[in-house]
Order: sequence, then C-alpha cells, then structure tokens
Amino acid sequence: MTAPDWLSVVAGALGGTLLDVLPIVFILGFFQLAVLRQKIANFGRMIVGSAYVVIGLALFLVGLEEALFPLGRELARQLTAPEFLGSARAGGPLSWGDYYWVYLFAAAIGFATTIAEPALIAVSIKASKVSGGTISAWGLRLAVAVGVAVSLAVGAFRIVTGTPLHLYMIAGYGFVIVQTFLAPKLIVPLAYDSGGVTTSTVTVPLVTALGLGLASTVPGRSPLLDGFGLIALASLFPMISVMAYAQLSAWRSASRSRAINRQR
Amino acid sequence: MKRGALSMIRLVGGTARDLTPIVVIVAFFQLVVIRQPFADPIQIAFGLLCVMVGLAVFIQGLEMALFPLGEALAGAFARKGSVFWLLAFSFGLGFGTTIAEPALIAVTEEAAVAMAAAGVIANADDTRAGYALALRYTVALAVGLALVIGVVRILKGWPIHWLIISGYAMVVALTAFAPAEIVGIAYDSGGVTTSTITVPLVTALGVGLATVIRGRNPLVDGFGLIAFASLGPIILVLIFGIVVS
Repeated sequence: MTAPDWLSVVAGALGGTLLDVLPIVFILGFFQLAVLRQKIANFGRMIVGSAYVVIGLALFLVGLEEALFPLGRELARQLTAPEFLGSARAGGPLSWGDYYWVYLFAAAIGFATTIAEPALIAVSIKASKVSGGTISAWGLRLAVAVGVAVSLAVGAFRIVTGTPLHLYMIAGYGFVIVQTFLAPKLIVPLAYDSGGVTTSTVTVPLVTALGLGLASTVPGRSPLLDGFGLIALASLFPMISVMAYAQLSAWRSASRSRAINRQR
Repeated sequence: MKRGALSMIRLVGGTARDLTPIVVIVAFFQLVVIRQPFADPIQIAFGLLCVMVGLAVFIQGLEMALFPLGEALAGAFARKGSVFWLLAFSFGLGFGTTIAEPALIAVTEEAAVAMAAAGVIANADDTRAGYALALRYTVALAVGLALVIGVVRILKGWPIHWLIISGYAMVVALTAFAPAEIVGIAYDSGGVTTSTITVPLVTALGVGLATVIRGRNPLVDGFGLIAFASLGPIILVLIFGIVVS
C-alpha cells in the first residue's frame, strides 16, 4: 500500500470516529448551554484532550483494520475450514474433540484482544484510582482477559456441539448470583461493569468472524442461529473471573495475616 | 513540552506491552499451526505502529478530557440540585450514544435478515429495514432507561446486586417465552451497546456522582452504570421479540 492510500484510510477513519462522537458532543453541548449554563473549567485543555481521543481512536482503528483484523479473520477462516480440520485426522466424521486448535485460538485471541481493549483500560485506570491502588489496574485487566478467554473457548465448543445458548447463560447467571454473596462487597459493582466493557472495538469484529466462520463450516449449524451468542458469553464470564480474582486475593491476604499472627 | 513528550514515549511503551500478546498469538498460529508466511509484513508492522501510537494518544486524551468532563458534569448537576435534569441527561446520553452506534446498526441488520429467514417477518426490503430500525430504537431506549435506573440507584444508595439479580430473573423468564431466533440477538445486543467513548464518560459520571453525594462510596456506588446499560437491552429486546411475533 502506498502513502496516499494510507492517508485516505486515516482520513476515512477520522471522519467515522468524528461521526461517532457527534451525538455525544450534541448532548453535552445542549445540557451545558441550555440546562447547566455554567462555564467549563479548563475548556482549552478539554478541547485538546477530546482531539486526542478522536485522533487516537482513529489511528487505533486504522491500525487494526489494516494489520490485525485481516490476519485474525483469515486465521479464523482457515482454522475452521474442513481441509485444515480434516488433515488433523484421517477419515471419519469430525467429533467435537477435533476442533482443539479452534478452542485454543478462541481462548488465546480473546485474552490478547481484551488486554488491548481501550474501554477496559479506561475502567481499570479509574478503578485503581478510586480504590487508592488496592485494586490494581493490571490485575483487573488480566482477570477480565482470563474471563473472556474461557468464555470464547466455551462459546466455540457450544457452536461445535450445537447446545442451546440459554443453558450456558442461565448456568452462568446462577454462578454469578452465588458468587455475589461470597465475594468482597467492594468488587461486586466493578465486576458487573467489567462484563459490559470487554466487548467493544477490538474484540467484537474478531469474535464475530470466528463465530460466523465456525457456524458456517460445522455441519448442521446455521450462521444466523448459532453465530450469535459469543459476545453474550464474553460479557458473562468476566464477571465470574473478576469476582474470583477478588476472592482469591482476599483469601490470600487472610491466610498471610494468619501466618504472621502464628509467628508472633 | 519536554515532559509531555517523555510521558508520551512512556505511554507508547506501555501500549507496546499491551499489544505483545496479540502479536505473539497471531504469529504462533500463522507460522506454527497454519504454517504460512505473512503476506505483507511491512503493512502489518505499520498497522501495529498505528495501533500502538493511537492507543497511547487515546489514553492521554482520556485523562485530559473524558474523565474530567464526566466528573465536572456530575459536580455541575449536583450543584444544580435538579434530579429531573440529571435523569434527563442520563437518558439522553444513553439513548443518543446508542442510536448512532455502528456496531448496533450492523447487529440489527443481521437480526432482521435472520428473522426474515425464520419467517417471523415478511422477507421484503422495507419490512426488514423497518424491523431493524424498530430494534435499534428498542435498544437505544433500553440503554437510556438503564442509565436512568442506574443513576437513581446511585442517588438512593440501593445495593446493586438486588437490581441486577432481578434483571437476570427477568431475562431467564422472558427467554422461556421469546421466539428462539431472537434469543441470541438479544443476549448479544447487551454487549455491543457500550462503545469506547461512552464507557469512560459514563464511568466518570457515576464515580463523580458517588463522590459528591454524601454517604456514597465511589467504589461501591459509583460503578455499575455499564452493567445496567448491558442488561437493559437484553430485557427490552426479548420483550420486543415476544411482542412482534
């Protein structure tokens, strides 16, 4: 690709991001001017910062669209292709166990994209600041990424086996409810939030490609009926993993303080 | 200026670490599992550079504009003391950011195709477009209402888990009555509504409100708005599916 191509791609992404921001600017402007009627503090700094947000997001999207998404989509397509799966095994119909590379890829790509998800970075920065550092931003992101990894592997398994989505969702909800009463109270709202933030800019396009690729190559699956649902699982499991992370660190610090008490 | 450049370099370094897992995993599957070379390494390297710098610039803007803006709004509404306008703003923010969300537009169009294929609606262009639009308005309405409920919860200091658990109970009950084709779409619609710009703004608003209202803990009461915004659409889209069929 030549330089002018890149420029036009960047300009296009910039336009798209601006279009996304427009409703927010409109709503903020309306309430600021018509309802609050107050001067915004540090107005110049806000404008520069907003420009950073739009430019940063546009660059980020261009990079993804030009480099990572085509690779990810192609990998998802090739890993689910019958030729690849068939060469792993000689003869006979494929069973769910033959898709092991797909599960591994789903988990790995879920983990990796979640670590790079801007919305999650934002929430974890905020959480670490508000908690005075007791919740580490990096620990929270790792916990969410593990949750997404598990959910995508489970979601791929669900598409391969054709088991109904609502069973997984209802079981997951049940688990979340039980954990809510056992986990440290401070983490619960944050854990609920982390379900929603995981699936945005980076994760959704790759996950959709994986889901549709699987659903269209596994015999007996319909892309329309079975391709959906990966995102739903990816917003369920992080709640479980974030609460588990908090439970684990609470349990570890409790056993450490017990050990110290014993030494005294 | 020099300090700004230095912190920018540190940020780019941090985002390089964030992207390492993606690079390692894609390279592993490409070279070891599929066993094919990369088609265009230069383009990939340039794309990665864009992603790295873009993410760093975005985070810088987050701290400069989106977080302070959300907090300033929370403070301004608290000073004004009008619950009505605060709730109107919450609804507007939820509805306005969702109705234009590209991911949602894509999902509703796919949903209309799926429903037409299943024979729930007539397979004609204008019927499908109407269905997709109605679905989009349903989801946007749901996000607006969800933020209103979430803000009322912060004001009143209600514990979040009772609201979320009753929401789940509604989802489970509605799933039993909804047509099978809408269930996957409904569950997914919860995840696609919260965009990268809305999340920091809404989080800062919630935390800001919980900070300025006496007796509220920013950690316990400030978070949770995103959770409502992801659960609301599932419930309303399931209801939509039941009503339309």
